[in-house]
Amino acid sequence: MIYNEAIPAILIGLPLLAAFITPIINLASRKARNAFVIAVLAIEELLIILLAWHVFTDGIVIYTMGAKNPGIVPLQAAVPIRIVLEIDGMAAFMGLISCTVAMAAGIYSISFIKEGNGKSRYYTLLLIMLAGMLGMEFTGDLFNLFVFLEILSIASCGLIAYRQHADAVEGAFKYLVVSNIAALFVLFAIALFYAQYDLLNIAAIAKVMQYTQLDKIALVLLVAAFAMKCGSVPMHFWAPDSYSTAPAAITAMLVAASQASLYALFRVCFTLYGSLMDYQTIGLAIIIFGLLSMFIGVTMALPQKDIKRLMAYHAISQTGYMLLGVGVGLYLLGSSDFNVYGIKAMEGGIFHIINHAMYKGLLFLTAGAIYYRLGTRNLNEMGGLGHTMKFTSIFFIIGALAIAGIPPFNGFASKLLIYEACYKVSPILSIVAMLVSVLTLASFIKVFHSAFMGPKMHDVKDVKEVPKSMLVGMAVLTFVIIFFGLFPGWVVSHIVHPAVMALVDKTAYINAVMGG
Amino acid sequence: MIWNVPFITVALLIAIGLYAVMFKRNLIKIAIGITIIESGVNLFLITLGYRKGGVAPIYTNLPSGVTPQQMVLPVPQALTLTSIVIGVAVLALMLSFIMKMYQHNKSLDSHSRRLKG
Repeated sequence: MIYNEAIPAILIGLPLLAAFITPIINLASRKARNAFVIAVLAIEELLIILLAWHVFTDGIVIYTMGAKNPGIVPLQAAVPIRIVLEIDGMAAFMGLISCTVAMAAGIYSISFIKEGNGKSRYYTLLLIMLAGMLGMEFTGDLFNLFVFLEILSIASCGLIAYRQHADAVEGAFKYLVVSNIAALFVLFAIALFYAQYDLLNIAAIAKVMQYTQLDKIALVLLVAAFAMKCGSVPMHFWAPDSYSTAPAAITAMLVAASQASLYALFRVCFTLYGSLMDYQTIGLAIIIFGLLSMFIGVTMALPQKDIKRLMAYHAISQTGYMLLGVGVGLYLLGSSDFNVYGIKAMEGGIFHIINHAMYKGLLFLTAGAIYYRLGTRNLNEMGGLGHTMKFTSIFFIIGALAIAGIPPFNGFASKLLIYEACYKVSPILSIVAMLVSVLTLASFIKVFHSAFMGPKMHDVKDVKEVPKSMLVGMAVLTFVIIFFGLFPGWVVSHIVHPAVMALVDKTAYINAVMGG
Repeated sequence: MIWNVPFITVALLIAIGLYAVMFKRNLIKIAIGITIIESGVNLFLITLGYRKGGVAPIYTNLPSGVTPQQMVLPVPQALTLTSIVIGVAVLALMLSFIMKMYQHNKSLDSHSRRLKG
């Protein structure tokens, strides 16, 4: 394989650099700018596939910024110096999600975002958002995590408010307040670690972690902050506002951005603390967060009339599944049952992350396509779109069936894993999960019926199929959904299982940096 | 006891900031609350880096009779500097959002919001 050890650094550096070149190219020609952005996103996708391939076959990849030999971490008195990027199975897995969603969103935006003086800035922020996500996922340094978290949230807020409607600005403001408070919690927790151990590297802190009273406070701050940022109940209120008002392509990116926070939550729970902490209590707390998110999310979605707001509440409810699956794994960590069904539950939760990013991204893009043609998000003003927007309605059906967990689409594969594994812990968990799934299907049947079925509407006769680039963007995600749905066994054993094992195996993560 | 004063200040600042964000209705006051929390966290970082009798970690400028062991570690200061820069960006963005919202709603009251339910 053409693998180079600099790939992790290029993956973060390329979008950052390209972000600021984009407005310059825009001066020459708009077509060149579009081509440039898509080329960068395609290169990112290729590089992340190469990197993930390498990580899944050869194990953890280390890249030390600015070192002569980046594969080895320079240690001075057991303190790793310089910023270290550490990519294990889980980080590579999350990187795959971010790059794929960013590529689909980038292609979709070519015709979705109307040309105007802001579009080159739009692409700038989109690329910075991608860099922020990848940075959060790849970094092995806690302070660096904070910096990328802030880069990600500032870029996202700028994009949510892109259209400058009153609603959009309000959604962006709420997201900025929540994410900034979360980031300050994270910084406070980092300061607590630094006060005790003089360390900022995740692996180095995990190695010397004493689990003192201060560490417990830091744990609570970190879990609260990342649960806030991933949109779990009870701090979910920002999600429907900002998801529904952002441009559709950005909403798809925001789903991936919330999942980067979810990744940080899992990284903190499993790698930083692992079996040191009272994992049963934290696991139970995460399970309860998950159940509440699932149920409250879906019940709030049912009465919505705004199509994107409805989908945003479903995003909260689906985040609940991931928290439930991984929470069950955390609850069982260390017990003998862990190897029997704890790993299965985690596989379900982690697999659901990638599935959710794909189908929820697709659904938001279809909602954007409807908005592009009709100029409304209100379900009562739609109808009969199936007559003219054939491809969009097919993509919507695929997304809706996948989110409801109907075979042969990917949602079914991960939900089945979660049902099975949770049943052994407590049947109530599985019952709630299935109930939520049924309600999800009900709510999407409502959307499908009111938007696509029925006679053509009189006042919206000029509705045509959306431009090609938007169809291609949606097709990319559909392809992944169908592929994952048809070969779930291959995906679980080759991509999801290594990610889960990387998350669980704390010693390998520590040894990769600290040596031996 | 006197050494604990900065830490008590940190706790107070963060508590005041959180109170402002949660209970104040004026958007500008929410922005101020966030800035106060941020000052609290920054003060915490700086307090951690303080060492009695420490000198700046610059070898060429070392006063006579001071050993390099008395230098302070510059990492907390570097972290604080980064955090301040991020804070300025966030504050600027937040205030511009508030400006836009005021243009649309003609009100700074958070209860005049449009997105509900």
